[in-house]
Amino acid sequence: MTDIKLHGFWYSPVTLRVKWTLKLKGIPYENIEEDRYNKSAQLLQYNPVYKRTPVLVHDGKPLCESMIIVEYIDEIWPQNPLLPTHSYHKALARFWVKYADDTFSAVLSLVSSSNGEEQEKAIEKIWEHLKVVEDQCFGDGKNVFGGDTINIVDIAFGPLITLLLVLEDVLGVKILDDEKFPHLHSWYNNFKDVPVIKENLPDQDKMVAFITVFREKLIASS
Amino acid sequence: MADEVILLDFWPSPFGMRVRIALTEKGIKYEYREEDLRNKSPTFLQMNPVHKKIPVLIHNDKPICESLIAVQYIDEIWNKKNPLLPSDPYQRSQARFWADYADKKIYDLGRKIWTSKGEEREGAKKEFIEVLKLFEEQLGDKVYFGGDNLGFVDIALVPFSTWFKALEIFGTLNVESECPKIISWANRCVQKESVSKSLPDQNKVFEFIADVKKKSGVE
Repeated sequence: MTDIKLHGFWYSPVTLRVKWTLKLKGIPYENIEEDRYNKSAQLLQYNPVYKRTPVLVHDGKPLCESMIIVEYIDEIWPQNPLLPTHSYHKALARFWVKYADDTFSAVLSLVSSSNGEEQEKAIEKIWEHLKVVEDQCFGDGKNVFGGDTINIVDIAFGPLITLLLVLEDVLGVKILDDEKFPHLHSWYNNFKDVPVIKENLPDQDKMVAFITVFREKLIASS
Repeated sequence: MADEVILLDFWPSPFGMRVRIALTEKGIKYEYREEDLRNKSPTFLQMNPVHKKIPVLIHNDKPICESLIAVQYIDEIWNKKNPLLPSDPYQRSQARFWADYADKKIYDLGRKIWTSKGEEREGAKKEFIEVLKLFEEQLGDKVYFGGDNLGFVDIALVPFSTWFKALEIFGTLNVESECPKIISWANRCVQKESVSKSLPDQNKVFEFIADVKKKSGVE
C-alpha cells in the first residue's frame, strides 16, 4: 500500500492546497502537524532548502513547494484531474497558478503589516492583483477557474481567498469587495460550498484567533 | 498547416534565452522578434497584457507567457526528440523544484549585486554563492542536471552564466574560484549548439549590465 504523509500547518493556505487536492482525489494520507516555532528534524531533513511546509512524503520520497506537489499528485492520481489535457490550456492554467503565487506574496505582506501605511500599501497591491484576475479570467469563452468541476487554478487561488477573508475579520477592513470583484466573489462563494472544500475549510473563528496572535508575535519581533 | 512560431524577446534576457535554447534543442524553426522594452508595441502588450514582459512564445497565434511555462509547453508539443523534462513524475517534480529555485533566487540576487553597495551587496554575494553551491551539489557527478542530455534545470540556469563577467567586475565575485563545478558545467553546456546559438556574447551582456548599473545610479 502506498504511504503518504503530509507535513503542514492547519492554518496554512499552502498546506490547504495540498490537503484539498488529496481529499478531492480520495487519497488517504497521514497528516503530520508541524509547529512553526519548533520544526521537526524530519521536516528540516525533507526540505533543507526552504525549511518549510508543506512537504509531501510519498513512499519515503519528499516533495516541496505546494503547486509542484499538486502537479505531482495530479500526474500520479489522475482521477478528478486538475490540469487540462490540452497543452495550450495547461500553459494557461500554469500561468494563473504562478499569478496566484504572486498574489499570495501580496497577501503575506498584509499579514505582516505593522502600521496603517504598510497595511494600505499591502491592500493596494492585493487589489491590483485581484483586478487583473477579475478582468482577465472571467467573461465569454474564458474558463480559467473551474466551472462545475474543481481545477488547478481553483486550488491555487482558493486558500488565498480563505486567508483574505480571515484578514478582513482580523483587521476590520473589506478587501474582497463584491462590487469591485463581482466575478471573483461569486466564484469563491460557489467554490467554498463544494462539499470536499466545505468539509475541509479551517474554522473561521479559530483562524481569526490564530492570525491575530501570529501578527502580534511578528510585529513584536520586528 | 505548418506551425508558425514567433518569439518576442530581448537579447540580454536570461528568460528569453531559456526559450531560445528549448526551441533550438527541438529543432523548431521560429521567428525571433526583438522587442524594444522602452517602447512596447501594441501587439506585444496584447500578447502579455498581465505582465507586459518578454519572453512571449506565440504558437499559431496563441501566446504563452513565462519562460519556464513556455519551455514545458515546447517539451509537450514537440515531444518526439530531445525530451527536456524527465519521464518519471518524481524526477519531473524535482526538475521543476530546482528550476523554480533558480527563478526565486538568481535574478534578484544578481541584480542586487550590481545595483547595491556595502553590506547589502556583501549579503547578496554571500547568498548568491550559497545558491550556486546548492546547484553544484545537485549536479553531483552528472554531465548536465538533466543527466547525459540537457534538461529543464540546465535550460533554466545556464543563461545566467552570461552574468559571470559582470558579477566579477561589479561584484568582485569570482564564480570560478567559488564554484568551479558550475563553470565547468556551463562550459559543457555552451559546447551544445542550442546553447551557443542562444546565448549572446558575455562581453556584450557585460556592457549592457554596465549601462543598467549606471542608470541605477550606484557606484
